[in-house]
Amino acid sequence: MKSERILIKGNEAVAYAAIEAGCKCFFGYPITPQNEIPELLSKLMPENGGEFVQAESEVGAANMLLGAGACGVRAMTSTSGPGIDLMQEAISYMVGSQIPCVIVNMSRGGPGLGSIDASQADYYQATRGGAHGAGRTFVLAPSTCQECYDMVQEAFDIAFRYRTPVLVLGDAITGQIKEPVLCHPPVHVPDDKAGSWCLQGMGDRAPRLLKSVYLDDGALASHNELLEAKYKAMQADPRAECLDTDDAELVVAAFGSIGRIARSAVQLARASGHRVGLFRPQTLFPFPARELERLAAEGKRFLVIEQNAGQMVDDVRLAIRHHADADFFGVMPGIFVDADDLLTPILNCMRDAQ
Amino acid sequence: MLIGNLLAQAGMEQGLHVTFIPVYGAEMRGGTANCTVVVSSEPIGSPIVRRPQATIIMNQPSLDKFQPRLRPDGVQIVNASLVEQASLDPARRTVYIPANDMANSLGSPRMANMIALGAYLKATGCLPPDAVIDALDHVIPGHSRQLIPQNAEALRAGYAFSA
Amino acid sequence: MNLHSEERLVFAAPSTLTDRQTHYCPGCHHGIATRLVAEVLEELGCIRQTIGVASVGCSVFTYNYILGDWVEAAHGRACATATGVKRARPDCTVFTYQGDGDLAAIGLNESLQAANRGERITVIFINNTLYGMTGGQMAPTSLIGQKTTTSPAGRSFRKEGAPIKMCELLAQLEGVAYAARCALDSVAHVNAAKRAIRKAFEVQHRDLGFGFVELLSGCPTNLHMTPLEANRRISEALIPCFPLGVYRDVTATEKAGA
Repeated sequence: MKSERILIKGNEAVAYAAIEAGCKCFFGYPITPQNEIPELLSKLMPENGGEFVQAESEVGAANMLLGAGACGVRAMTSTSGPGIDLMQEAISYMVGSQIPCVIVNMSRGGPGLGSIDASQADYYQATRGGAHGAGRTFVLAPSTCQECYDMVQEAFDIAFRYRTPVLVLGDAITGQIKEPVLCHPPVHVPDDKAGSWCLQGMGDRAPRLLKSVYLDDGALASHNELLEAKYKAMQADPRAECLDTDDAELVVAAFGSIGRIARSAVQLARASGHRVGLFRPQTLFPFPARELERLAAEGKRFLVIEQNAGQMVDDVRLAIRHHADADFFGVMPGIFVDADDLLTPILNCMRDAQ
Repeated sequence: MLIGNLLAQAGMEQGLHVTFIPVYGAEMRGGTANCTVVVSSEPIGSPIVRRPQATIIMNQPSLDKFQPRLRPDGVQIVNASLVEQASLDPARRTVYIPANDMANSLGSPRMANMIALGAYLKATGCLPPDAVIDALDHVIPGHSRQLIPQNAEALRAGYAFSA
Repeated sequence: MNLHSEERLVFAAPSTLTDRQTHYCPGCHHGIATRLVAEVLEELGCIRQTIGVASVGCSVFTYNYILGDWVEAAHGRACATATGVKRARPDCTVFTYQGDGDLAAIGLNESLQAANRGERITVIFINNTLYGMTGGQMAPTSLIGQKTTTSPAGRSFRKEGAPIKMCELLAQLEGVAYAARCALDSVAHVNAAKRAIRKAFEVQHRDLGFGFVELLSGCPTNLHMTPLEANRRISEALIPCFPLGVYRDVTATEKAGA
């Protein structure tokens, strides 16, 4: 692909990024609002020497992903909230068996069938490990089409670096919006170093086994210690976008599509003379807690805005608990808000402080 | 949808920041379709705009929905062929253009949208019409490529329209 | 007289089996099934390019007994996981080894869909008409009237339906290249089972489609029977319900046409 800006949907950016990142297997099942991803990859995968399978369900897709990931091949699936529910089983097994893969959730409103509108109500599910047994996945949260493209490419590197499933959490807006995207091959040639563990037939070496069952005395405890050490190591990799936080009295924390709308609201507030900044986590697990704590230690106040009834606000409060508390403004899933809608709570928050 | 895409594509080709967001899914099946385009010299935060600076209104239900949302200093391009004049808000700056009738007289009944887009470019000065015509190449699907000259003609006719 | 010169090796474990004692109960047929698979993989000479997919149930530890690379699938998902393995490693021999609860209940959809796609994988299906690992509960394959820990009055047709017949189901699907039902209760049946297992791998190697072998087996522990009684049950009760035979074989029409 030429290095030029093309006008594409976030979903299309995900598909192109997967191809550029050397993804060789895609398994998917139709669900709105992410259908452009499997539709585009059903064409691009075979054209690029890869495999595309429309699975019988998200259960099937995620367990196919487990099989391909076990072979050390770059593999991906994409879905939306209800599909993630069905994938939790395989995600748990992949965490336990240390199998790398990329899972894209263009989330939608819930609970239940909900709606296909924008929602950020899958934050808990994404960051707490949605399945039994306390497994964690790395979670990236794009807010623009360019970030969809860049983060999906990076997600493969992270997946193999930590031998873990990586979740890319977008929503109906990030998936459906069209923006210019600069497409480029990955900035570095990936060496996944999978040769030491992946399945390829034993050849002349010893047999290998990828599993999550540990029944011997103390074996599961040791395995969980290893996984916990891995989650701790991930804490070195948190990332967030800071806009005008240095001199801000109030820091607005928001992620994903609401993060970019909040950015506009913050700029509107600035234009009317208020010292407001934006803190937009780009990784949700690991959560950029240290950076937030640093801001809190400087005496700043915090307003968390999410399109749910309050989920990330827990992580913000944990991060700043020694210095401050955070206010919360929730937008219910299923409605679209613009910058004016988010300006009001910001101004209310500024006024309350005076 | 087509003219929204076209405007965004042309903006991008002019080196500007653009976003395009369509209504989709269930809302797309039945009811009136709409899309939101933001063209800006600055990076774009919100792609969603509740109160637009300019609107292109092709039919009556769209007028009913979007006229009240137009900013007081905004402009609306209204398709006179399908929208009652009596329903226009006199307090709004309005370009009332018979897009379907003009398209019919050009012999291209399906180009009413291009005529309206031409009028929009004239009223807002958002982008030069040639920039938008150049972008047609990227937006018109392959099987309709022979229609590009008609699209360009319709866009110019809309741009030249004066009430 | 040199006694040693008279020693001749007449029976050995296949090189594809590990030197490890199994966890199976006395009289269980898993040991025979595992050995047959290992023998076939040895004879086909493909063990070094083989990836096994383990299922959940008594079969889970098959990876401890058969050499090769293995991945453990979630309960019922072995055919989906094997699909992913085969798509990622098309040059490898890929097989699953699953029990009846795993393949025919929780994993029925994954099993049928992989078969219908004609995935180039081989599936070894152990049908002992109950859940062995969890303590003998009713399986989709349990016989009408069979008493289990979750059907204490016996399986009723009215409430629980009839035993599900996988070979007959799979025979309807065009992606299936070979489907056969065998039993492990006699020497003749065991020999036939080995030929069927070999065939189920060969259709994969020849890129013909999905290979499937169902093995009627005994579970003395959960049936509360002696090994001999459990063995006898296969011929007396199982085979009348689950007739042995080849249900689909695309190579047969190939031969007929040749």
